[in-house]
Amino acid sequence: MPNTSNAPTQNYVPGEHPDLKPPIGQTGILLWLRKNLFSSTFNIVLTLATLYFLYLVIPPLLNWLVLDAVFQAGSRDECRALGEGACWGFIDKRLGQFTYGFYPIEERWRVNLTFLLLVMAVLPVLWEKMPKRRIMLWFSVLFPFVSAWLLLGGFGLESVNTDQFGGFMLTMIIGVTGIVFSLPMGILLALGRQSQLHFIRWICTGFIEFIRGVPLITLLFVASTMLNYFLPPGTTFDLLLRVLIMVTIFSAAYIAEVVRGGLQAVPKGQHEAADAMGLKYWASMRLIVLPQALKISIPGIVNTFIGLFKDSTLVVIIGLLDPLGIGRASLSDSKWQGLATEVYVFIAIFFFICCFSMSRYSIYLENKLHTGHRI
Amino acid sequence: MNLVKNAVAAAAASLLLGGTVQAGTLADVQSAGHVKCGISTGVPGFAFTDDKGDWQGFDPAVCKAVAAAIFGDTSAVKYTTTTGKTRFTALASGEVDMLARNTTWTFSRDTDLKLDFVGVNYYDGQGFLIPAELGVSSAKDLDGASVCIQTGTTTELNLADFFRTNGISYEAVPIETNSEGQANYEAGRCDVYTTDASGLAATRSALEDPSAHALMPEIISKEPLGPLVRHGDSEWADIIRWTLNAMITAEELGVTSANVDKMATGTDNPEINRLLGSEGDLGAMIGLDKAWAWRAIKMVGNYGEVFEQFIGKDTPIGLDRGINAQWTDGGLLYSPPFR
Repeated sequence: MPNTSNAPTQNYVPGEHPDLKPPIGQTGILLWLRKNLFSSTFNIVLTLATLYFLYLVIPPLLNWLVLDAVFQAGSRDECRALGEGACWGFIDKRLGQFTYGFYPIEERWRVNLTFLLLVMAVLPVLWEKMPKRRIMLWFSVLFPFVSAWLLLGGFGLESVNTDQFGGFMLTMIIGVTGIVFSLPMGILLALGRQSQLHFIRWICTGFIEFIRGVPLITLLFVASTMLNYFLPPGTTFDLLLRVLIMVTIFSAAYIAEVVRGGLQAVPKGQHEAADAMGLKYWASMRLIVLPQALKISIPGIVNTFIGLFKDSTLVVIIGLLDPLGIGRASLSDSKWQGLATEVYVFIAIFFFICCFSMSRYSIYLENKLHTGHRI
Repeated sequence: MNLVKNAVAAAAASLLLGGTVQAGTLADVQSAGHVKCGISTGVPGFAFTDDKGDWQGFDPAVCKAVAAAIFGDTSAVKYTTTTGKTRFTALASGEVDMLARNTTWTFSRDTDLKLDFVGVNYYDGQGFLIPAELGVSSAKDLDGASVCIQTGTTTELNLADFFRTNGISYEAVPIETNSEGQANYEAGRCDVYTTDASGLAATRSALEDPSAHALMPEIISKEPLGPLVRHGDSEWADIIRWTLNAMITAEELGVTSANVDKMATGTDNPEINRLLGSEGDLGAMIGLDKAWAWRAIKMVGNYGEVFEQFIGKDTPIGLDRGINAQWTDGGLLYSPPFR
């Protein structure tokens, strides 16, 4: 048998030289460590500094978050008596409020069902290889109406007023509605801004510039208070609906500019080729220009969506109780006072999960649509 | 075209007249089935949500009492949270029917902003909270201190007045809400936190070590806090005013939520009889039935009960009755008679 030790000797039959293992330190984890963490003096210093920093941060953080934390308690004093760490008992007791706001407890299954249906409606849109995608897409189109009926009630369900909406549910409603309606609206505005028809171009440009020139918080204030001055006395116009409209047009104006960037990046030759094939305006846009333009715009669009999702917390200023508002009101309960850190960490985790998934999906989409050439 | 004209005319009219044309709030409230009540976004003891998700506290209690007087149902309230900045527009624009959120009764708010304060449910004053380790014994020694101050409030103006009159300087750290103020103060971003003394007591109770913080002896302002409505509907204002007065009078006369049922059958005190509707018909004069005050007291309690339940000695807030005692006990609470 050939010698398998690492010290090579010369007595092999020609052609039977054994495959030797690479020397230790040139393979596996050691190689990775050497290449990535200890490749130069500067990197060694950085690595050690980082390790020390992690050593300082992680154990106390872990202690606070999990090991010393109290998961079941009836009040802050009980929490303090049971452990030094985070008082998750507070979040546990208020989880229903954080999730559903003031939605009636016996009707909360409707919110859960809506969320389930949302997943079913979103999947065929996002995932190309889904079985029976065509049929499911029809469901996606119907979903906004179904969900509105489920959440608001009427037609056989007990009706629930929108002022009882709150918490993560409210964030999801504002985020999803804004995203779903602002994309088509933004695309139309972008096309309108490039239109040959002066009137349409002026209107679209005026709209975009006006909305972009005003902060979202101002639009929300207009929606919540100013509008009532202008409407005839006695007319009521649901506050949440007003907010949804404002959030949608705000994000549509931004989407429009992102898409316009994409449209302008499509070479003129593509337009001309479409014209040469005898395609009418909408056909050429749908088949040739927009697919390319939207592909380029994906990072920008997702960026706008993430921004919109996070901006939805601004509604707390006009008195809608999103998770931050619920947190603020809950923290005033003298039983639980002083647990602000827990509340904000909890809300931050929720937002991170949502926004990070959006960002990962956009990367997946970019890779899928990447056809090998960049414009 | 006609429709557009009408809409424009109506919009112009409502713009010109502001919120003053909304007479008949009671009728609106009755047909809607709930009172739209503006409250704060959360002040310990004064407004907070409980574990079940209901609004509780000293301020929502007023909303509940009004709802009880009108509907006999304390849950017939639609709460709208308002910040210091949005509260008056919310009321003037008709978003809410009444505000019950520690709002100071001042001249300009009552007149220029076209609001009507219907009474005072808490006599407060602005104080200072500082860490005991600073070793300051008077607010006049606070020269150069950084002060956490809620924007858009009377406390902001009082603070400027106080430091100017005493010829000392300060650096304002603007904050939006009480919880923000507490967080900033705890993190040491300001040396001093100033707001109404009741709020400071509540904030102090929530700190890690309350004994390490002290309230300054100076109370630099008068802050009569009370519920308010918009100008132009005195009938509606009367209902709120007298619901509050009923709670105060009930305490004065010894009527509590526990004994109100027995008292309602008739007593030898004619004022109790008038209050609870067993004699005369005061309710009809404000558009309600005879038992309106009985319901408010039965379902919410008298002033003293509400005080003790949310902010009194046995709560973490631990406020003394102080000047908020009945006039018979040397306080300022003095309800006009029910006659």
